[in-house]
Formats: sequence, C-alpha cells, structure tokens
Amino acid sequence: MTKTAPHPPHPHPHAITAKHLHKAYGAKTILDGIDLTVPTGTVFSLLGPNGAGKTTAVKILSTLITADAGDLHVGGHNLATDAQAVRAAIGVTGQFSAVDGLITGEENMLLMADLHHLPRSEGRRTAAELLERFDLTEAAKKPASTYSGGMRRRLDIAMTLVGSPRIIFLDEPTTGLDPRSRHTMWRIIRELVTTGVTVFLTTQYLEEADQLADRIAVLHDGRIAAEGSAEELKRLIPGGHVRLRFTDPDAYRAAASRLREAVRDDEALTLQLPSDGSQRELRAVLDLLDSAGVEADELTVHTPDLDDVFFALTADTTTGTPRRSTQPSKETVR
Amino acid sequence: MSSTSSTSSTSSMSALPLTLRDSTTMLRRNLLHARRYPSLTLNILLTPIVLLLLFVYVFGGVMSAGIGGGGADRSEYIAYLVPGILLMTIGATPAGTAVSVSMDMTEGIIARFRTMAIHRGSVLIGHMVGSVLQALISVVLVGAVAVAIGFRSTDATALEWLAAFGLLALVSVAFTWIAVGMGLASPNPEAASNNALPLIILPFISSAFVPIDAMPGWFQPVAEYQPFTPAIETLRGLLLGTEIGHSGWLTVIWSVGLTALGYWWSRSLFDRDPK
Repeated sequence: MTKTAPHPPHPHPHAITAKHLHKAYGAKTILDGIDLTVPTGTVFSLLGPNGAGKTTAVKILSTLITADAGDLHVGGHNLATDAQAVRAAIGVTGQFSAVDGLITGEENMLLMADLHHLPRSEGRRTAAELLERFDLTEAAKKPASTYSGGMRRRLDIAMTLVGSPRIIFLDEPTTGLDPRSRHTMWRIIRELVTTGVTVFLTTQYLEEADQLADRIAVLHDGRIAAEGSAEELKRLIPGGHVRLRFTDPDAYRAAASRLREAVRDDEALTLQLPSDGSQRELRAVLDLLDSAGVEADELTVHTPDLDDVFFALTADTTTGTPRRSTQPSKETVR
Repeated sequence: MSSTSSTSSTSSMSALPLTLRDSTTMLRRNLLHARRYPSLTLNILLTPIVLLLLFVYVFGGVMSAGIGGGGADRSEYIAYLVPGILLMTIGATPAGTAVSVSMDMTEGIIARFRTMAIHRGSVLIGHMVGSVLQALISVVLVGAVAVAIGFRSTDATALEWLAAFGLLALVSVAFTWIAVGMGLASPNPEAASNNALPLIILPFISSAFVPIDAMPGWFQPVAEYQPFTPAIETLRGLLLGTEIGHSGWLTVIWSVGLTALGYWWSRSLFDRDPK
C-alpha cells in the first residue's frame, strides 16, 4: 500500500515527507536535519519535551514559517515552491488558539466558510453542522473570548475542518485541557482518522501519543531520538518483567528454587522475572509454578510504558542513539 | 473525492476575483469588530470635532487675526479652518488603524489566515478599506458639524464636491497604508500608537490652522513640503474657490507615492516569517 507506483495515484502515498529539515534562530539550532515520513491516512505524533522543536516543525510544515534547509513535501506539493497548494490541502490548529475572540463562534465559522469560498447556503449549513458536532450550538452566538479553554479548542478544530482538509496539523491539542475535554478531543481526533484524514499531532503527553498515534517520533534537542509504533518504542528499552508475590514463605522458597533466573526479594516475598509479557513466556512461568505445586498470591505483568521510553531517550543531553537504561524502569529492584 | 472539490474551485479562480473576494471577507470581519467595539471609532471621530469647536470658539478670535491681513472675523476663520480639520480627520483615523493592526497581529487567528489558501494581502486590504470607510464616515460627520456652526462653500459645483470627496478618499488610502505598515512594524499596540503619532502631528504643522506665511521662516519649508499642505490647499480651492495651482497634482503624486510605498512596506512586513 505504501509502495510508490510509477505514476503516483491521486491520493499521495505520503501525506508528509521531510528530508534533512533544518531550522535555526541565530546560533541556536532548533531542528537539526530531521527526516519524517507520514503515510496518508495515518496519525503521526511528534513527541518531545518543551522546547524540543515540535512547534517549530509544525510551523514549518504548515507553511507558517520557512525552513532553512530541507526537501519538504506536504500533500504531494513542495513547500518551498508551492506553499499555496500546500495550504489548500491542510488544516492547522496551533498551540495558541487561532480563533477571533472579538466575534462569536458562529461568525468565526462563517468567516472560515467565506475564506474557503463556500456558497452562502453551504457555508451556513457546514457551520451549523460543525457547531452541532462539537457541541457549540448553544454558545454559537456568544463572543469566542467568553469561551472556556475546552470550548475554544473545540471551536478551533471546528474552524480547521470547514474546508475539509485532508491533512491536519494539531499542535498540542490537549495542553491545558481538563481530563474530560481531553477525552473529548481524543474522540474527535479518532473520528477524523476514520474519514481518511492524515493527522500530524504534537504532544508532550506520552499517553496521548500512545492512544492516538500509528507512529511516534521522539524529538529531542532538534533530532529524532527514536521513531516507531508505540510498541516498537517500548521494545527499545529493557524493563519488561513478571512479578510474583507470595504470602506463604514456604511457597515463596519453593517457587524461588524453581525459577532460578528470578530476582529475589526475600523480605517482600516477591520474585521478579524478565519477560516480554507474551502469552508463551507467561505460560512457561505458570507451568513451572504448577509443576512445583505452588501458587502465587498475585501475578503482575509490567511492560515498559512510553514514560520509560521517553525518559530513557531524553534523559541526557547527548544526541543521537538512545542510551540504554539511563534510568531503570520504575518497578525494578531497588 | 467530493471533499476536494471545494479546494479545486479555489485554484480555478483567477487572481483578481480571489483578491476581491477574500478582501471583502476580511473587510466584513473588520467592520464587525468596529461595530462590536465602537470605542476606538468614537475616539477617532470625536477628536476632530472637539478640535474644530476648540479652534473656532476658544482660539478662533486670536487665530483669525493671522488671516487676510488681520481683518478676518470668525466666519472667515471657519472657512479657512474646515478643510484642514477635514484632512485632520483623515489623518487621525490611520493612527487608530496602526493600533488595531498591531493588536490584530497578536491574535492567533492571523496565524490561521497565513496557513490558508487565501489571498495573502487580504487581511491587510480588509484593514485598509475598513479604515478608509471609517475615515470617510467621520469626514461626513465632521463636515456636518462644520456646516452646523456656519461653514458654507462659496461656489463649489457638484463636480467640485465630488472631487473634494475623492481627494479625501485618496489621501485617506495613502495614509492608511502607511499606518498599516506602522502597525505591522510595531512590536505591540502601545508602540504602534507612538509610531503613528507623526500622522496626528503632521496636520498641525501644515497650513491647516494658520497660513504658512505666518510661520517662522525656518519652519516654512517643513510645513510646505509635506503631503498635508497641498492636500489642504487643494481642498480649499475646491470648496472655497481659492487658487489651487500645483497643489492638485502634488496631492495626487504624494498620495499615489505613499500608497505604493505603504502597500509595498506592509506586504513585505507581513510576508516575513512571524515570530
């Protein structure tokens, strides 16, 4: 599916490609030659701490600012030579609310409809539909400056959707939102993806990338520290294990003598076995326990989450390859 | 596929209708702002009216001494003053434009506009046209007050009235473009307000309130070779039948030149990468 045909079919196989994207402000390098490829119809998440260059990457790819160097294509159009065609293909919801606070939510929507040159009746219909979909109908006649953070962010996305863009940039769409608004936003993003839209998402929340993204790139010090699916990233670092807890010291000792590779904690009566959490490995452990005739009171499987990955990859100022186990995953022996 | 039809209709539109359409949309946005938040508009409107009344009724007695060899009365001073006040009205509106452009640039929605496939200058054109309309409405109101306190055109024909209005519009476009540039060049609205001060000062150091002959000799060139003086003299000529001379052409040249400069300056500032 991602294979390039001799003549690229109309929906470009890659919504976004960036090669050697470079941007510096004065002597400070923000993006140090990063490469990105986002297949059409997928969610790509750029993950990184504050100041990693996420917003700069979005600003460049959404034509807001120009790159210093790099071969950049969005929607099949070259950013450097055909920015206007890129703009026709994209929608952007920036980190800072891009709504006109002085006018009402409805007026904001109609403004977008007019700028997308929708016929008047179609514009009104689109505006009403989107306001309804984002639960803003009631507030439609109020000035946007009176909206809560979550409402403003919903209006922001609704405005972005007026022109039915095929590629959507969302720069930290849930930063500063309460948990309920955040989940609403996640639902909205998931719905977008079902319509075949490509989403380029930046976030500092690992859970968010984990929840939404097909592929994640960890940006650190202007470089891509690691890239892959959430699962692939988790496999990058060690720390997966199975933990067995006992209350009966005899059972504990029996189990420990069987499970030789386990790390023992004689005081807490727990055993910890390295494991990838797969069914086969778990069964092997359970079989061994059965054959010894002991039963653990509690069995927990710990796989490293993105937090572990994130800390491991961004813990140090060194760039390039991720360093192993700069920080042990949080449930290992102390 | 159907969802891309809206974008393809955009690209099929030629450049001029796109400019016109997007600028009209932006103008509607600016007029909406002005209607919702009329305080800035009111401020701009009231200043020339207050100045008109102040100069006629408070300073008028003394000021008229400088006109027509000292024998002029108040009504003659009104006649002398009104064209200047009308141009001051035109000059005061752009000062507000600079502030509102600067304020608007701090809004997140400007970033959205920059990432949309719209005519790039339409935001600025919307501001410009909105301000010019505002200035012309102000001029009509200030003119009405002037007539109410005794200003009468001596012999202006309908064509001359039209020409006078056209002249005011032309000067307004020129100064508004300069003001848009000032608004864009300013880091914040406060700075924009300061930067636009010359636009307010300039009419005071023109022939608006007193004839240039009555100014100190060293200062006369400053008052003479600035855009407001020929514009005021042309307006006087049109409304009161005084000698226009080269002032008409000078005004047109000034206006076209400032418009071109202001537009070029504004566009190049707006096309820079935002911070």
